[in-house]
Amino acid sequence: MIGFLVRRAGTMAVTTLIISALVFFIIKLPPGDFLTNQIAELRSQGEAASAAKAEFLIRQYGLDLPVWQQYLVWIGVWPGPNGFSGLLQGDWGWSFEYDRPVTEVVGDALWLTLLINLVVVIFVHVVSIPIAIYSATRQYSVGDYIATFIGYIGLATPSFLLALILLYYTNRWFGISIGGLYDAKYSGQPWTWPKIQSLMSHLIVPTLVIGLGGTAAMIRRMRANLLDELGKQYYVTAKAKGLPPTRALLKYPFRMSLNPFIADIGNLLPHLISGSVLVSLVLSLPTVGPILLAALKSQDQFLAGFILMFVAILTVVGMLISDLLLAMLDPRIRLGGGK
Amino acid sequence: MSPGLADRTAHFVDKAPFDPGLSEPGGAESDSFYRASALRLTWWKFKRHKVAVVAAYVLLFFYGLVPFVEAVAPYNQTKRNGDFIYAPPQPVHLFHEGRLIGPFVYPYRFTFNMETFRRDYVVDTTRPQPLRFFCSGDRYELWGLIPGSFHLFCPPAEGSVFLLGTDRLGRDLFSRIIYGARISLTIGLVGIAVSFTLGLFFGGLAGYLGGWVDNVVQRVIEILRSLPELPLWLALSAALPPNWSPILVFFGITIILGLLDWPGLARAVRSKLLALREEDFVRAAELMGASKTRIIARHLIPNFMSHLIASATLSIPSMILGETALSFLGLGLRPPVTSWGVLLNEAQNLAAVQLHPWLLLPIVPVILIVLAFSFMGDGMRDAADPYH
Repeated sequence: MIGFLVRRAGTMAVTTLIISALVFFIIKLPPGDFLTNQIAELRSQGEAASAAKAEFLIRQYGLDLPVWQQYLVWIGVWPGPNGFSGLLQGDWGWSFEYDRPVTEVVGDALWLTLLINLVVVIFVHVVSIPIAIYSATRQYSVGDYIATFIGYIGLATPSFLLALILLYYTNRWFGISIGGLYDAKYSGQPWTWPKIQSLMSHLIVPTLVIGLGGTAAMIRRMRANLLDELGKQYYVTAKAKGLPPTRALLKYPFRMSLNPFIADIGNLLPHLISGSVLVSLVLSLPTVGPILLAALKSQDQFLAGFILMFVAILTVVGMLISDLLLAMLDPRIRLGGGK
Repeated sequence: MSPGLADRTAHFVDKAPFDPGLSEPGGAESDSFYRASALRLTWWKFKRHKVAVVAAYVLLFFYGLVPFVEAVAPYNQTKRNGDFIYAPPQPVHLFHEGRLIGPFVYPYRFTFNMETFRRDYVVDTTRPQPLRFFCSGDRYELWGLIPGSFHLFCPPAEGSVFLLGTDRLGRDLFSRIIYGARISLTIGLVGIAVSFTLGLFFGGLAGYLGGWVDNVVQRVIEILRSLPELPLWLALSAALPPNWSPILVFFGITIILGLLDWPGLARAVRSKLLALREEDFVRAAELMGASKTRIIARHLIPNFMSHLIASATLSIPSMILGETALSFLGLGLRPPVTSWGVLLNEAQNLAAVQLHPWLLLPIVPVILIVLAFSFMGDGMRDAADPYH
């Protein structure tokens, strides 16, 4: 198990390194950068003093260096103008647009992104397992058809529109206030019970919307897995022996079908995180999604780069966790790995 | 042992003449079954999947419209009807006061409500206005080349026909959805062509060469698959220069969509190639002295192509949804290009949901097309292996 852990952690480190290079390359793709654009604008307005300040910032953040050096400075393995100070040292850079350190700009948004994605993963599993078991054990029943139909709709409807429509109708029918993560009156307040309640009621729509596509995919796959297992001899034997149906189901075929299910968390996570970015934009949730979009549009490179790194690392870590769970569940994987 | 039991266990032989063709029901049919080519078998199997066939017809219908959108739409996509801003959908009727007079609409009269500051449209049910068919209406240039004015149907001479309402500039939503189909439907196909080429190339390379090439391609696939798509799409489309022409942006977006989609296909190609290499028919071809190129071209590619086309079909929906999402966020296609995502961009706020819910209608064709591709892809995947 230790060997497996070390191997997996090593792969993860290499993956993260390559992702960081990719991310930096992508945010550097548009010609120019935030500061050169700003300098041009300030010059045209004749504000030489401000332009001088921006030029100072360019030197300060090493934006005049070649791109490969900028990258190495950014991840913190090359001495920049301030010595070794990059992602590895915990310095996430400076947001030019907000004129504040990236740490301050993203701050709470990181935790809320994490929270939402965690809640969605739990939601997807809690909802899809029982529905999949129901659909598989009562194949071609009315309930099965309804679940399949809703699943297809869930896969086909763009999440952002669903968010918009649900947002409107939950407000109209259930009086849940619109947008944000909690009622406006709680902003800046300490975390009290009413505020947590407000947070929870606001999480319902986003969780539903982000999780729907994933839930649909999960139900389909889990149902197929379980159906394969239900026809096998050992389950027939267990039932013939007189094991109660529920116990026979949960003890053998269910456990067998769970295996690909957990392996799927890895596939699910990138989609969930994509979904949460998009849905946050529509519902104006204070996650990293809206900040990312604004940063990309204004070429605020360190901010955009950090957020892209953050969501990528979130998926990579999620995959690592799913691999570890799988290794714990199935001895064949941890013993057979590395070949 | 009683004689009765011995009778029953004795080997029974029917004295009637035996025709092997009759032992399997439908002799002539099964004969043609064994002689049919793999392609024909695939087609038969696909036809049995009723939902997939219906989906295929739906897609055929929509793609059949694409070349002729100018003639199908009653209005030009940019035609502004200043008197009808945010007009609700006008239903088509057949009976006026119990009398059949063919498809017609009731005209709108519009008043400005000074209390709510909104336009109120009153339906005038006294004057039915019949629609005109195969008529001459707004002028257009088919594919931007051939000038024409022929339309499948046109508004009444003195009236309007807004089947799905109008937007903030009084442009007919129905016509714009039809025009949008051209972009939204082709973007999926062009995108899949990009990802298909990349997937075939890298998957083939990995599966055929093996060794370190295989290893490198596998790692790249793993990394790309672990990245959340949308943030990367956002970042890449933000990198498209703002001064590009709409056509260049269109190709830029398709390439971006295809660029992140190929790993799934490449993985399928690789695993299929590895599995098929070990098959008996490949061994047989080798023993008969077939060259490597012949084995790949005549035996391997036809065998996994059906699988590939099926999985490519299944990934078209994610492209269409991707374009819709990007355009919705304002980072994809931009007006004057009309796609379903661009149309939905107008319905971005709650006011649209509340006051002008018909602006959300472009979502219907999106869902329809995505479902049709999913069902057809499912059917094709089942049919891709006709011998099982």
